[in-house]
Amino acid sequence: MPLQRHEVEKIAHLARLSLAEQEIPFYASNLSNILKLVAEINKAETDHILPLAHPLEDLTQRLREDKVTEVDQRELFQSIAPLTEAGLYLVPKVIE
Amino acid sequence: MHKMTLAQISQGLAKKSFSSLELTQHYLARIHKLDKTFNSFITVTEEKALAQAKKADLQRANNQAGPLTGVPIAHKDLFCTQGVKTSCGSKMLDNFIAPYSATLVLQMEAAGMVMLGKVNMDEFAMGSSNENSFYGPVRNPWDNQRVPGGSSGGSAAVIAARLAPASTGTDTGGSIRQPAALCGITGLKPTYGRVSRYGMVAFASSLDQAGPFAQSAQDCALLLQAMAGFDAKDSTSVNIAVPDYAAQLNQPLTGKTIGIPKEYFEQGLDKAVESRVQAAIEIFKKCGAQIKEVSLPSSPLSIGVYYVVASAECSSNLSRFDGVRYGHRCDNPRDLEDLYKRSRSEGFGDEVKRRIMVGTHVLSTGYYDAYYLKAQKVRKLICEDFKRVFTEVDFLLGPTTPTPAFKIGEKSSDPVSMYLSDIYTIATNLAGLPGMSIPAGFVDGLPVGIQLTGKHFDESTLLNAAHLYQQETDWHQQIPASCKE
Repeated sequence: MPLQRHEVEKIAHLARLSLAEQEIPFYASNLSNILKLVAEINKAETDHILPLAHPLEDLTQRLREDKVTEVDQRELFQSIAPLTEAGLYLVPKVIE
Repeated sequence: MHKMTLAQISQGLAKKSFSSLELTQHYLARIHKLDKTFNSFITVTEEKALAQAKKADLQRANNQAGPLTGVPIAHKDLFCTQGVKTSCGSKMLDNFIAPYSATLVLQMEAAGMVMLGKVNMDEFAMGSSNENSFYGPVRNPWDNQRVPGGSSGGSAAVIAARLAPASTGTDTGGSIRQPAALCGITGLKPTYGRVSRYGMVAFASSLDQAGPFAQSAQDCALLLQAMAGFDAKDSTSVNIAVPDYAAQLNQPLTGKTIGIPKEYFEQGLDKAVESRVQAAIEIFKKCGAQIKEVSLPSSPLSIGVYYVVASAECSSNLSRFDGVRYGHRCDNPRDLEDLYKRSRSEGFGDEVKRRIMVGTHVLSTGYYDAYYLKAQKVRKLICEDFKRVFTEVDFLLGPTTPTPAFKIGEKSSDPVSMYLSDIYTIATNLAGLPGMSIPAGFVDGLPVGIQLTGKHFDESTLLNAAHLYQQETDWHQQIPASCKE
């Protein structure tokens, strides 16, 4: 079933994207077509199949020792930030 | 000089037939002359290249040179390069000067390679035509009106046009193999975990893998040798010994069995492309290999699985672009939500937004089981198919793409038809397997590639088979007419 306008608006909000009014039908149609393509996977019988956990089956994600390995590079990293002050990243006021 | 393969260049440098500086100047001059047409470079790092070339010549003079010392390379613009713009083909990162270098970039530097610049790509590696770049499409050197493939379109085009003897790319669903096929060059996607991804901008973390592009399998073997290996900084890096790839190149194929997946010859395969694949099978027979038809019954579902898994992972990975710490930030945000939403909407292009939204949808409450969990189960079935056939055969052979390069604009208005151009490459990523595309002839003047898919960590067998094939054929030596001189 094609996605409705309110569904696209909800998805865009969850994804923190703002869509212009006239873009909504365009994305509604695109996303519906993609979900239709994706629905193909329902053809497969998977009742007794465990979902894949890692592309290299026998492996699991490696853990590292819990110790500090990075040095402080705040100035370097903040040199490419859009807006900083006194070592802090600035965003619009959150609490009135 | 540009007609030489990387291996020939390496020999030339060793014999001091030319210096790295001369070589680098030659390639830079070609880039200035020819790349206006192809648009394959986003950034040319001329000064850095000349400095690295002089350093390489010094190392050579002091007998400290390896096989790659002084050889030029171009990096896909999603590998972080310290002090150099790393845009990912996106307006979002148009102002991003990477504060550190990717492990892969450092490895190439440590091997003495000379970075010519950063090459064009589909935005955040999402696309199959390089039309989704903020910096405009790359043009296929074999026909300017056609796409080079994607997402590593610039990486493939620079090799085809002989603007660099080597380049790096990434492959999440075919982004090394598909452009290699459409540009008539050799590209290798290594096993998941074989090459470090530290400093490589993430798209879909259970699928992404970096690898080399060059003219030949021998060249790719030299490059992979310098790229492969364990990196503590990448949590998905696998600690398994790296074999000597070049030493395996000439092993006879006698006793090897090649599987031909019958599903790869259905699903809209162009007849002329199929005949090129059949001709390649005959060459492999001549090299002593046995041929066996096999079946991967779940593989037709790989596109559906991919667009759930890759979109889900991309929606999560790209949530870091919020207009706060780096990248594009909108003007005069009203509040924090407006800052997030407008920065992201202005910074991302259509295809990236589509995939983020698909991913957000399939992970949202009420849809997770139906989409994401189901996809991971079908993905398991696809992996099981490969596991079963690899008990019977040594590697698989088939077409890389259903058709040769399509025209710019031909598929850009219909995302689904674009997605179908990756039908043969995606399953390899879902199963974490290594894959290669090598040139196998031409259809109406456009290159056709064949795809080899191997067992986990068995890049050696693929490089070996591809090298023997390239001893029997000269498709990989062909140069587009406009790039010969």
